[in-house]
Amino acid sequence: MLKLYGANFASRLLLGTAQYPSPDILRRAVEASGTEIVTVSLRRESARARTGQGFWELIEQLGVRVLPNTAGCRTAKEAIATAQMARELFGTNWVKLEVIANDDTLQPELFGLVEAANVLCAEGFEVLPYTTEDLSAAERLVAAGCQVLMPWASPIGSARGLMNKPALKTLRAYFPETTLIVDAGLGAPSHAAEVMELGYDGVLLNTAIAKAADPVTMASAFAKSVEAGRQGFEAGLIEPRDMGTPSTPVAGTPFFKIDRVS
Amino acid sequence: MQILINGEPVATKARNLDELCGELGFAGAKIATAINGSFVAAVKRASTELSPADEIEIVSPRQGG
Repeated sequence: MLKLYGANFASRLLLGTAQYPSPDILRRAVEASGTEIVTVSLRRESARARTGQGFWELIEQLGVRVLPNTAGCRTAKEAIATAQMARELFGTNWVKLEVIANDDTLQPELFGLVEAANVLCAEGFEVLPYTTEDLSAAERLVAAGCQVLMPWASPIGSARGLMNKPALKTLRAYFPETTLIVDAGLGAPSHAAEVMELGYDGVLLNTAIAKAADPVTMASAFAKSVEAGRQGFEAGLIEPRDMGTPSTPVAGTPFFKIDRVS
Repeated sequence: MQILINGEPVATKARNLDELCGELGFAGAKIATAINGSFVAAVKRASTELSPADEIEIVSPRQGG
């Protein structure tokens, strides 16, 4: 089970709700993914268009929990105010805390992230910070009260997969009790399986599914890969070896001759 | 008075944030508000007076990753 601040979830896949070709495809992708948690955002509302009201009706129909983000915030102050607005609007203490450093990499701005996490945790928020694999930032976030860390695999929307796998592995080893979810940069189901095989608790996806040629089928594919990767981790993966080793018994090999053994 | 709503200049006669939301047709809508970068809870909108050049944010749920 995926544990998030005392709540348990059967699915280890969290899904973003942006960039789908249509609301109906979003709905079907959510169903195909089996997710129980979707991410949402806040944006300026127009009195004329009232875009947000229709979107909220769609989300309510999905019957899943929402995880509001602070996407686009560049400072701790912006992220804190956005989180406060989100808490009131969505009626949840959860917040996917994002403080973005620059537009090219969309990497987390770790100093602002830690500052905002300290304030929000003290205000009773249950913070899920979008961070990097940096250990010192992770320590500060956990010290602030974060029970969940969400390191990136690679830049948001880049589909590059795990750019720093050894560091993600180290993060897992340093924080065995913290819920770790890879957020951002995954492009293929194999990337998700790779994350889960490291012992991560979950993955958060959006672009890889929403922008696929067939988002509904891709959602199903990611669901299977997340489950397969997790099962692989729980089953205990064998260690890689430099050299080959026969799987078929050597003893009794027909035509065996001792002088052929090197 | 002239204020900024979601980055756009708007002239209003509203005295407080609650009146402004009503004037804009947001009564009963699923929105959240901020003034000059700080969150204003729904229950505090009526007691939040507006001043010229205030920067108001009115937001609603939207797709997110």
